[in-house]
Amino acid sequence: MKQTKRFFMIPYFIWIGLFVVAPLLLILYQSLTNNQHQFTFQNYVTYGTSSTYLHMSLNSLWYAFLITVITLLISYPAAYFLSKLKHQQLWLLLIILPTWINLLLKAYAFIGLLSRTGSVNSFLTFVGIGPQQLLFSDGSFLLVATYIEIPFMILPIYNAIVELNPALINASRDLGATNWQTFRRVIFPLTISGVKAGVQAVFIPSLSLFMLTRLIGGNRVITLGTAIEEHFMTTMNWGMGSTIGVVLIVMMFIIMALTNDRRKKRRELNDDEEN
Amino acid sequence: MKKMSVLIAAILAFCGLLFLGSQQLSRQSGVTSAANTLSLYNWGDYIDPALIKKFEQETGYHVQYETFDSNEAMFTKIKQGGTAYDLTIPSDYMIEKMKKTHLLLPIDHRQLTNYHYLDQHFLNQSFDRGNRYSVPYFWGTLGIIYNDKFVKADEMQHWSDLWQPKWRNQLMLVDSARDIMGMALVEQGQSMNTTNSQTLIAAQQQLNQLSGNVKAIVADEIKTYMIQEEAPLAVTWSGEASEMLAQNSHLHYVVPSEGSNAWYDNMVIPKTAKHKKAAYAFINFMLDPHNAAQNAEYVGYATPNKQALAYLPAKVRQDRQFYPPLSTIKHLQVYQDLGARKVEEYNDLFLKFKMYRQ
Repeated sequence: MKQTKRFFMIPYFIWIGLFVVAPLLLILYQSLTNNQHQFTFQNYVTYGTSSTYLHMSLNSLWYAFLITVITLLISYPAAYFLSKLKHQQLWLLLIILPTWINLLLKAYAFIGLLSRTGSVNSFLTFVGIGPQQLLFSDGSFLLVATYIEIPFMILPIYNAIVELNPALINASRDLGATNWQTFRRVIFPLTISGVKAGVQAVFIPSLSLFMLTRLIGGNRVITLGTAIEEHFMTTMNWGMGSTIGVVLIVMMFIIMALTNDRRKKRRELNDDEEN
Repeated sequence: MKKMSVLIAAILAFCGLLFLGSQQLSRQSGVTSAANTLSLYNWGDYIDPALIKKFEQETGYHVQYETFDSNEAMFTKIKQGGTAYDLTIPSDYMIEKMKKTHLLLPIDHRQLTNYHYLDQHFLNQSFDRGNRYSVPYFWGTLGIIYNDKFVKADEMQHWSDLWQPKWRNQLMLVDSARDIMGMALVEQGQSMNTTNSQTLIAAQQQLNQLSGNVKAIVADEIKTYMIQEEAPLAVTWSGEASEMLAQNSHLHYVVPSEGSNAWYDNMVIPKTAKHKKAAYAFINFMLDPHNAAQNAEYVGYATPNKQALAYLPAKVRQDRQFYPPLSTIKHLQVYQDLGARKVEEYNDLFLKFKMYRQ
């Protein structure tokens, strides 16, 4: 029995080894070599002493933080009201639907909406405000990034809220708690695992967004993802690109450590996406 | 569960049908690799299809036409092997790179019957001295596109005009380190191929001054944006410009007389060539002034063929936007391969400029 169990684990281990462990080790190896394939820490020294890279890291963290906060502010109430609705499955489907559409297509759709001749500006002209510069601004970048990440925040929070035993809320009311107190002392603490899962699912991908920075941000928003792309595609300095990759991976581990205990929730998120 | 199996079966059956169908179709189109074919590997929409027909009729060769969309993609495909392209059309710096990696066959000039039609100015360039490996196909420049609804012609003749505070948040740049750094270098009266770090840093600081005018630094999207009048000003290549001008009559293209980059797309015979005779026949065919003129009219790029100019309509020939006067041509510079380290310096400085916000 144990033998067969091990046997079935083999494909899994091969998968993990080839597609998770090996790439990570390769990135680490690359980051420790220069263009002449010599072993060196130079890339890390460059990263640590360059104001450009530090500024870029700050940018990445700051934008990822903003995107996460905005999505959370929208998603928590949305998920809460969703759990009170009648046709929940239908509404959920509508929220999940956009995630099936390719990211690039969505970005191009937003270019159409936000450009000078786009529908938003036509509307603004119609109401008398006049055309505004919407594309290539921080605001439009945050808007599109938030739009793309929202489903990944709503789903785990929704799952956590649905799991909440309504008896607890009733008990809280019976004991004389106001609505606010019930939310603060009962509902929120019991759904914090969903929030953590959502934060993780949004913050980490937001750190390395790079196509959006060009298409929507017009390269006026530069993040670490942009730098990686540049080092691999134009400079051909794979060592430096990998070094930034390692920095991103470290940042991700830190985020994961801070938002621990989301493992269980993540599985539920995946289950929901399959339904 | 049963529903699932039916679905899977249906998808597989559908895939099978599509596969058979595509097989059938490709058999009908008669893809052969007989001795009398020419395997041409070119940029998309970079030749008048009527010329391919004419070539086939005149010479009896069958042309097998495949396209690529970047020099790098073309390079990788030829380097990996397994292909048998007889002729391809890379840009200047890529020719230098392919030469260095021994992917090119030398051109036997005795077999070129129409070589003398080419303009001397476009021969013997730094990336291929003596044109030992390549023959010019089209050439072009880097310049400024402006929309005459918002910008007057006399306001936009020189690189330095872009720095005017008037154009705050009006300008789009191509996302290309070499081109934008090169622009700043020329503006300061320096060479676009400088390797002097001080000069480069000064150029980057000059670019920082431009930052407030820059609306976006984008790639192919520039075309759509300029046609839709998202911005009144952009810096891009003449090839892209000719496409934009064709779609919006308010757009104009300027090559500043103080200098700019000149780029070349040249015909080369890669190592993989199986039908060299056909390749030479094609080069000669394309160098024929009548054909070169027809091609230039169709594609809209500038031909390096002196004789072909005579066959172009006067409107095209005298278009200073794409056929700049000799006084400007003399100031054009071709990018040299500066080596990995310097290229990185250019890129790092350009990245710094992109990070800089006013």
